[in-house]
Amino acid sequence: MADTITLEVMRYRPDREGGPTVQEYEVPLRRDWAVLDGLNHVKDTIDGSLSYRWSCRMGICGSCGMTVNGDPRLTCATFLVDYAPGPIRVEPLANFPVIRDLVVDIGDFMRKLPQVSPWIVRGEDMPVDEGEYLQTPEQLEDYSQYSMCINCMLCYSACPVYGLDPEFIGPAAIALAQRYNLDSRDEGADVRLDLLIHPEGIWGCTFVGECTRACPKGVDPAGAIQRYKLTAALKSVRSFVLPRGPR
Amino acid sequence: MTQPTKDAPRAYRPEMSRLWWLGRRSYVFFVLRELSSIFVAWSVVFLLLMIRAVAQGDSQYRDFLDWAASPWVVALNVVTLAFLVLHSVTWFNLTPAAAVVKLRGQRVPPAAIAGGAYAGWVVVTALVVALVVTR
Repeated sequence: MADTITLEVMRYRPDREGGPTVQEYEVPLRRDWAVLDGLNHVKDTIDGSLSYRWSCRMGICGSCGMTVNGDPRLTCATFLVDYAPGPIRVEPLANFPVIRDLVVDIGDFMRKLPQVSPWIVRGEDMPVDEGEYLQTPEQLEDYSQYSMCINCMLCYSACPVYGLDPEFIGPAAIALAQRYNLDSRDEGADVRLDLLIHPEGIWGCTFVGECTRACPKGVDPAGAIQRYKLTAALKSVRSFVLPRGPR
Repeated sequence: MTQPTKDAPRAYRPEMSRLWWLGRRSYVFFVLRELSSIFVAWSVVFLLLMIRAVAQGDSQYRDFLDWAASPWVVALNVVTLAFLVLHSVTWFNLTPAAAVVKLRGQRVPPAAIAGGAYAGWVVVTALVVALVVTR
């Protein structure tokens, strides 16, 4: 195994350049180093001006998402040796505006998340002295998969629908809506459906399926959206057949 | 004293190429799947034309069969059949993603749901064959 591997890192310095350029860095090829370790090595010892986001280094904070050799990946969970002998191309997440180097503008995503009311919505709150809202392990199982999302945005980066139409509310937000819809304590499904039933919501998804393949936590946003479509279609049929009945 | 600027830094917005779907095999497959809808529509038009010919009488039906046997219609229908199979298979494979069924508290395995859809397809096909071909 070679001692080093080349990182081809996309640089974008709006104060100096009109567009992105590629800069190569030679970093040690260590078996236990992830791409993020390589970037940290560059930052610490070669070029302190390189900008990128990271925090926990253990696949839970969701901040180190980048495009590695064309695929959206968490760079803390993507190891250098898997790309040996290299080079490894590191670019910012696709489908987002790039602020600097590998840092993207996540404002659009942050605006969309709260739109789906990602909290327990109750018609009438139970008095506190009556205790907690209880839930069985089976009821927990219904939504726990969708609660694993770490907001890393790899699914948005993988989704060509979002790339072509940034108004699309996107995989993670819809999966998060499903996480609460399927929670036995929640009563907000109708509120969320009104938001997500429009063309930029669930019907914007054409089921490319890349979001599910990109997800590092096994959330399966594509599956969540298809389930949501079925629920929405059944509700529409029900409201048509029983216009005065319960929705 | 100068005020700090509130302008966001000038962001670089990469544009998606018109040929984005050639960049990844799964994207190509997705576009082919979307394209299959056109062939599904054609198969419906073809069926309606056949029904109209049957309703118009024997000679019109024979004319229709002659037209349907012309090389370009046969070629189109062979391509249509391939796309219909692709459309059906991808649709049935999607079924478990959309339909989560629980039986006695246990989630029915996705393979069983897709298998049920395929079994239904085989039964309906067998019925059509029995009705039309073996008469």
